Amino acid sequence: MNALRTLGYRTLMLIVHLGRMAVFLAEIGKNGLRPPFRIRRLVGEIFDVGVLSLAIVCLSGATVGAVLGLQGYNTLTRFGAEGSLGAVVGLTLVRELGPVLTALLVTGRAGSAMAAEIASMVTTEQLDGLRMMSIDPIDFVVTPKAFAMLLVMPMLNALFVLFAFFGGYVIGVELLGVDGGTYVSSLEDSITFSDDVAGTLIKSVVFGALVGLIATYRGYNSEPTSAGVSAATTGTVVTASVSILIFDYVITALWGV
Amino acid sequence: MQRSATRDLLVGAFVAAGLAAIGYLSIQVGGLSYKGEGGLTLYAVFEEVGGLKERAPVAIAGVTVGQVAKIELDDLLRARVTLDLDAGLELPADSSASVRTSGVLGDQFIALEPGGEDAVLASGDEIAYTENALSLERLIGKFVHDSGLEEE
Repeated sequence: MNALRTLGYRTLMLIVHLGRMAVFLAEIGKNGLRPPFRIRRLVGEIFDVGVLSLAIVCLSGATVGAVLGLQGYNTLTRFGAEGSLGAVVGLTLVRELGPVLTALLVTGRAGSAMAAEIASMVTTEQLDGLRMMSIDPIDFVVTPKAFAMLLVMPMLNALFVLFAFFGGYVIGVELLGVDGGTYVSSLEDSITFSDDVAGTLIKSVVFGALVGLIATYRGYNSEPTSAGVSAATTGTVVTASVSILIFDYVITALWGV
Repeated sequence: MQRSATRDLLVGAFVAAGLAAIGYLSIQVGGLSYKGEGGLTLYAVFEEVGGLKERAPVAIAGVTVGQVAKIELDDLLRARVTLDLDAGLELPADSSASVRTSGVLGDQFIALEPGGEDAVLASGDEIAYTENALSLERLIGKFVHDSGLEEE
């Protein structure tokens, strides 16, 4: 009986959290689209989320591209189809790996920090301090962070993909001897804007919104204790990662990108 | 709030690099381009297009001049292929179109063979002379049939 009660409570709490998250999202949207626009705060957040994630994203991109080049070459060479290496590397990255891996990396690098920062502001009652000065913490703290995530994700995604193309080129062309022109032309011919590039941008914008929403929500609603800070950080990484993968499947299934 | 010029510069550079990367992906890799009205649209009817797919290139003498926009069945159950060609292309009226394969197992594309007439094809015209896709299976079948190997 107790187990049943727990299950019911958990299910209800899940629905409650979804509802609160929707209201939270609406508040962020409202504050972001209405003056005052806190451009200064936004620039600071773009620095934290974007500039500081740049190194890990570019390095991971080049590595993933190199691995794809190597794996693709080893498989394709069995069929004598090394000429399609560019298409394999390009399509895999643009349609799938680019947006998903970028979002996972940014979740770990910046989403967790975002949640921890807001959660420790809750713990040290800084958000209450803002409220006492009649500054809405959602407007002042949360909105710039969420919007920075949304704006930065497509840019990091595009950079990740380009560095991965380069990584695949280095391995495939320089090391394994695929013709450079064949690699580039098979890559460029196989990728179209309407199917592939638009899809990668849609995915990364959705993932950016997801990570931004989850990180700020978990931080904002954390328990005001040090355990609450760590729970918010862990919860952000777990929830955001799983959501990214689920939404990735849904977007791919619905629009085939 | 402290204002840091270095930070602003880095953010600006990051945004510029990010937008440039998106632009490069869209335009160079994705092939996004503004196509105004006035591109040349021609039709060609084939009895067999084999593995031809939409967006396959259309080439004259190996130079890509457009792509296959649509492949559909016409009233006589033949394949009617819509070709989207570069504007300003002056193709003689007796030009012919054929479905070819790049390499032995490569993708199929449409090759246009310019004719010799003075009149040129206008948008909406149909290419009169077409050559079907070469079907390897059919060729082998024909060879087997003609050489009488079947009867053995």
